[in-house]
Amino acid sequence: MTLLDETLVRKVLKQALARGGDFAEIFVEEKATFSASLEDSLVEELASGTSRGAGIRVRSGDTTGFAHTADLSEAGLNRAIEAASALARGSTTRVREMAVTPRAFIPLPHEKAVPGSVPKDRKIELLRRLDTAGRGQGAAIRQVNAGYSDSLRRFLVANSDGVFVEEEQVRTRLMISCIALGDTGMQTGYETAAMTMGFELFDEIDIDELAARAANRAIQKLSARPTPSGPMPVVLAGQGGGVLFHEACGHGLEADHILKDSSVYTGRVGERVASPLVTLVDDGTVANQWGTYAHDDEGNPAARNVLIENGVLSDYMWDSTQGSRERRGSSGNGRRQSYAHLPMVRMTNTYLMPGEQSPEEIIADTERGIYVAKLGGGQVNTATGDFVFGMTEAYLIENGQITAPLRDANLIGNGPEVLANIDAVADDFAIIPGTCGKDGQSVPVGCGQPTVRITKVTVGGTAGA
Amino acid sequence: MIEIGKSVVGRAAPGEEVEAYVVWERETSIRVYQASVESLTGAESSGIGIRVIRGNRVGVSYAGTLEPAEIERALAEARDNARFASEDPHSGIAHPDGVAPPAIDLWRGDILTTPTERKIELAIELERAVKAKDSRIRSLNSSNYGDVSVEGAVVNSAGIASYTQQTYCWLWAYALAGTDDETQTGFGMHASRDVAGLDLAFAAQEAAEKATRMLGATKPASGLFTVVLEPDIASSLLSIVASTLSAEAVQKGRSIFAGRIGEQVASPLLTLLDDPGDPRFFSASPYDDEGLASRCNVLFEEGKLRGYLYDSYTGRKDGTASTGSAIRGGIAGSTTPGPRATMALPGGSSPEQILAGAGDCYLIQSISGIHSGVNPISGDFSVGAEGIRVRNGELAEPVKEFTISSNLQKMLLDVSAVGNDLTFRPGGTAGLTMAIGNVNVSGT
Repeated sequence: MTLLDETLVRKVLKQALARGGDFAEIFVEEKATFSASLEDSLVEELASGTSRGAGIRVRSGDTTGFAHTADLSEAGLNRAIEAASALARGSTTRVREMAVTPRAFIPLPHEKAVPGSVPKDRKIELLRRLDTAGRGQGAAIRQVNAGYSDSLRRFLVANSDGVFVEEEQVRTRLMISCIALGDTGMQTGYETAAMTMGFELFDEIDIDELAARAANRAIQKLSARPTPSGPMPVVLAGQGGGVLFHEACGHGLEADHILKDSSVYTGRVGERVASPLVTLVDDGTVANQWGTYAHDDEGNPAARNVLIENGVLSDYMWDSTQGSRERRGSSGNGRRQSYAHLPMVRMTNTYLMPGEQSPEEIIADTERGIYVAKLGGGQVNTATGDFVFGMTEAYLIENGQITAPLRDANLIGNGPEVLANIDAVADDFAIIPGTCGKDGQSVPVGCGQPTVRITKVTVGGTAGA
Repeated sequence: MIEIGKSVVGRAAPGEEVEAYVVWERETSIRVYQASVESLTGAESSGIGIRVIRGNRVGVSYAGTLEPAEIERALAEARDNARFASEDPHSGIAHPDGVAPPAIDLWRGDILTTPTERKIELAIELERAVKAKDSRIRSLNSSNYGDVSVEGAVVNSAGIASYTQQTYCWLWAYALAGTDDETQTGFGMHASRDVAGLDLAFAAQEAAEKATRMLGATKPASGLFTVVLEPDIASSLLSIVASTLSAEAVQKGRSIFAGRIGEQVASPLLTLLDDPGDPRFFSASPYDDEGLASRCNVLFEEGKLRGYLYDSYTGRKDGTASTGSAIRGGIAGSTTPGPRATMALPGGSSPEQILAGAGDCYLIQSISGIHSGVNPISGDFSVGAEGIRVRNGELAEPVKEFTISSNLQKMLLDVSAVGNDLTFRPGGTAGLTMAIGNVNVSGT
């Protein structure tokens, strides 16, 4: 079933440009979500619901008018058009003929396990298994919080340039957080599994192992010592998540920051911005990853975009608004949290390409430093390039050996400097799911990397270096 | 809105408790860049969250619309969800407790009557004002006007029927200072309940000053120092502390303050309140999100732990009453107890006196990585920071790209001064200048 009748879609676009303007778009979205949580070994709350609505965008020159409504009747849409076109001016642009057939929808392999078709007790069963497996790791585990969520998001996007796309995205996520108690206080361990697919996700992952990893991380940290403070070599594990690259250069390569001259990477295409070992890709097409889709929220196909190749900056990421300013196309990076948000340039799955060394070689070759087995979140100021990222499982490296566990801390660095200081890239690789926030909007992303070494990063611990 | 809630609650079956949380919201958001409107958003939205308790089992559901058919579907869905929850004798909705709500008026009509053109002008004027402050301001990332007017109702089958309405608006700018070789950034903001109360000059001054005073910033040497937190930074810290005083965190064994009522957990300089009936908070409301009256709760009294924040469920579990602290993360969020309007009682010193008293220290104007760097369960604290080195009580050179690290519990005990400059911004925690000793600075 289509989300909005095609005749009405055409009418809306025509009406939206009646006062003038260069571009009009309607984005209709329906999203059903389900979540369940468990804590204290009790299934606490199952929550589900649906939201449906439309966002209408009218662009005249560099000005965008936007309005959204949950009322999809013609009258409701007309009120939104009125608000969105309030600032529209100039001569009326003709609405280009839309493709007769909507662009082919790339079916994701979820048909057999659409969230709504899976009985709720099977979802709850996962939480109980996580709880049992987590608590089974030792008496030190005092609390387990487990959460399951899934969503089915359908959207239709059509614009005056002739785009007409319908898309369906299914996402499923399972998370566990364990608290261990010891003489030194409480410590936490967290793990998550999340993919752009249906319930068949659980055919692929080992739930008991997921729980064991989270629980053991919490237990391990009970004996953690204070983390050193100051600059030192840092080895980031390939399984630990690629949040470093997401923060250190990903955000700074988003065209909206570039065009406002608020990125350290402005005007540097073709220049060396990183060690020659660095090839960075943003790729919305990696099968089933958390940041994957067939079309972005402006109806452009997802793409594999090479951002940095062997250390040289090759291109930025674009949405249609920033692309039109530079008279070029979108790179398939226009995303929005929901119909109630304006799209902007966002990352999809951003990852560093693997190299040739083995991770063991890199560790053995590090005399003293820190080994980060699991990264936490991060944040960047794109204008200065200064960024931080957290570590939630880390160890000292002494004489080429991984030794004592360390307490949680943030690391701080400057994007271009850290990228230049990467001196080893291993041949392992993993992409980890995450949530990226920008201007108050959250979208699912993937972050990936092989094991890498940075010769110098400032570690924010509480012990002397 | 109360009527919509009543129509849902009226359908409660015998032996069933039902709660409806209805929200209607109107927003304007204007972003200006180089004297023209980059984007203008205007929208209305509404929705309903429904909670059903049957046989001591909770189920919830929501609909992002107030269409009767969708509400009906949400009610059926909530009932179905309840079947799968564990039985919990304490589960349930709030019951009227006879506490009168504070008489506060949080609605100002001028948000809705001020023409959009005027709101656009304000954002354009702000951009111009920031640039005019200092020739070293290169440009602004954006200059923004935003406003929101919200109405909400909580109605339940135990007889609660509360209605709230609030407005507020804000101006903010993000300034870029410097040359091709160096860029520094500064954030400035002013918020008010009504458009007439917006102080544009304040926001402009703040953005320009914060960006320009960072020019020439370098990475400082590592060491153990006193840090003086500007009000916004202290607000971030206090909001994390207050979140650990949620009875939910305490009961589930994830609070460092569990079982410590009466203990000296913070410096005697710190008296911490949660008082959502204080209209100076932009998060103020006469009722909490279960429909109980807001009241003033003392969290720390001169550093001694006095109490936790309860909603009706956690209250029943501890055999005590709700403190009117139920919060909901929107229609789709769950109901939990937590801080709604937290403030430290102001001390007697001005920010200048605090700097003078601290002597050799760092003034912190912005922090980053608070989500990845602060673990409220272990208490580990490590965040990125920018600010000004202070020597002999005087502002000296700007510093950046360093971290400040300690432990939440230790930091509370190390509070060495609390300022008299209580500052309210959008969000649930007021800020003031606060000095904390023995913090690790990691730089070069």
